[in-house]
Amino acid sequence: MEVSAPHREVRPLPGIRRLASRRPLLTLGISLIVALLLVAIFAPLLTPYGPTETNPAATYQPPSRAALFGTDKFGRDVFTRVVYAARLDLAIAASVAISAFVIGSVIGAFAGYYGGRVDDLVMRGVDVLFAFPAFILAMAITGVLGDSVRNVIIAIAVAYLPYFIRLTRSEVLSVRTSQFAEAAVSVGNPGWRVLLVHLLPNSVSPSLVQMALVFGWAILDAAGLAFLGLGITPPTAEWGVMVSEGAQRIISGEWWVWLFPGLAIVLAAFAFSIAGDGLRDLISTENR
Amino acid sequence: MADPLLRVEDLSLSFSTENGRRRILDRLSFELRSQEVVGLVGESGSGKTITALAIMGLLPPSAGIDEGRILFEGTDLLELSESQMRQMRGSRIAMIFQNPRSALNPLMRAGDQVARAVSLHHGLDGDDPYEVAIDLLRHVGISDAANRGRAYPHQLSGGMAQRVLIAIMLACQPRLLIADEPTTGLDVTIQAQIFELIDEVQADTGATLLLITHDLGVVSEICERVAVMYAGQIMEVATVGELFRNPKHPYTEMLMGSVLRVDRPRPLEEGTIVAPASIQYETAGCRYASRCPYVFEVCWESRPGATVFSDGHYGYCHRYDEDPA
Repeated sequence: MEVSAPHREVRPLPGIRRLASRRPLLTLGISLIVALLLVAIFAPLLTPYGPTETNPAATYQPPSRAALFGTDKFGRDVFTRVVYAARLDLAIAASVAISAFVIGSVIGAFAGYYGGRVDDLVMRGVDVLFAFPAFILAMAITGVLGDSVRNVIIAIAVAYLPYFIRLTRSEVLSVRTSQFAEAAVSVGNPGWRVLLVHLLPNSVSPSLVQMALVFGWAILDAAGLAFLGLGITPPTAEWGVMVSEGAQRIISGEWWVWLFPGLAIVLAAFAFSIAGDGLRDLISTENR
Repeated sequence: MADPLLRVEDLSLSFSTENGRRRILDRLSFELRSQEVVGLVGESGSGKTITALAIMGLLPPSAGIDEGRILFEGTDLLELSESQMRQMRGSRIAMIFQNPRSALNPLMRAGDQVARAVSLHHGLDGDDPYEVAIDLLRHVGISDAANRGRAYPHQLSGGMAQRVLIAIMLACQPRLLIADEPTTGLDVTIQAQIFELIDEVQADTGATLLLITHDLGVVSEICERVAVMYAGQIMEVATVGELFRNPKHPYTEMLMGSVLRVDRPRPLEEGTIVAPASIQYETAGCRYASRCPYVFEVCWESRPGATVFSDGHYGYCHRYDEDPA
């Protein structure tokens, strides 16, 4: 008979119900994110109007059955615009979070692995970027690059790059001394392969949590830039643009024009922020 | 006799510490012949692992070679560039580490890790590297290899993980295999299986095996020759039979005396074993002097030269000088 060492089964992933009872905030955050995504994907099914469809006969109508969130100064349906704006804002946030994560992790990993002058150069660059608040930096970059969705993404991604560089670098510094890294070198792997195949995948978990947080911040920043008239400009359906337009009507009492897009921003930022915090707790309690 | 596969000549190595440089390996010399199994024994901190890392070219940045040569098949490894050394690692010289589970990438399936080694060293000559990898896993005694190949390292037991590492070594087909305490952290029955497997793999592949251990029982079972190290100096080199029957160096004597045996009563009298003192790295003489029961005046002042006791059996001790003053 063949004798073999005991083989342990994979512990099944916690079920949704167990997750919900043990991590209520994480569950709430993820549920809200899923809801936002569904709204963004099925926007055309949720409303009969188009996001830039005007109706001169019905400007500044208060919320009613025909227009759930009322209409704005061109008679555009606010509900329709809020729903369609979810597409743009989530897409911007996703692009920012993913590109900052990918580029930042790779730069950070190289800096941590090769050290020396590369590391010094990268880390001084990070210090310079860190010296400015992310939003101010994003404003400056958008101002230089000009107004477009692509430029907004670049600007915000650059502003958050240093977070990922620093996180990944410090992880790589600790993982590179581990035995499997040494073992990988000892069987003849070239340095870059040890870094990309063995070190990087084992160094990204803190950055993944950071990514969820950056997702939320990017929504705030994109909307903030648009509110200030940078990056995304009217008549695009975007939450910041809508709040900016509505802000002129606060005194005259058309509250629905700015309140609903404002609530959407708060909701989205809140969802990603608690999901990010929840993920961080999950990783730090289950892995460390 | 043919040229040795590996010859370490007068290797000295220092670490930079807060208190300046400290010489860890002191004029280390030994050689490994082709297809031989040699044990490198000594207590913790005697420099066994550092010797292995020096051969692999994997020394930490704080370590520096002061002098000496490491000749492998006639080439001095210390002269090679990093990329030339990389060609050597794995395909010519490979190493099995302590704590097998931490030597595997935790995020990669076991079979994939073996397959990577296969494709790294054999290129793509038709065979699917993964198929080869599963065959290798089967070969090292992993039952149900197809399923275990899909397991992540944390799902493997320590013994299983060490088998996976040995499969990786098999994929590399090295001429020299260094096994650095390959059974640390494994339980005793598994230890025996792993040593048996290593022994088998060595016999199958005809690789030379340098086994680093402090387990004299294992040494007596699978090694042909033994080098005894203390505090970064070689004390004595002999065949296993010679060393166990006829230890010459006072340190070896003590080491042999420390092995408990069923066939004789406790052999050492009170006072023969000297408590481990802090090692005298600074001494110009023999580093064992502070613990040696036979210590002479000269032991503190000069490093003993090699004394040849018989063919292949030599040691470094002033006790065997013509006139130990």
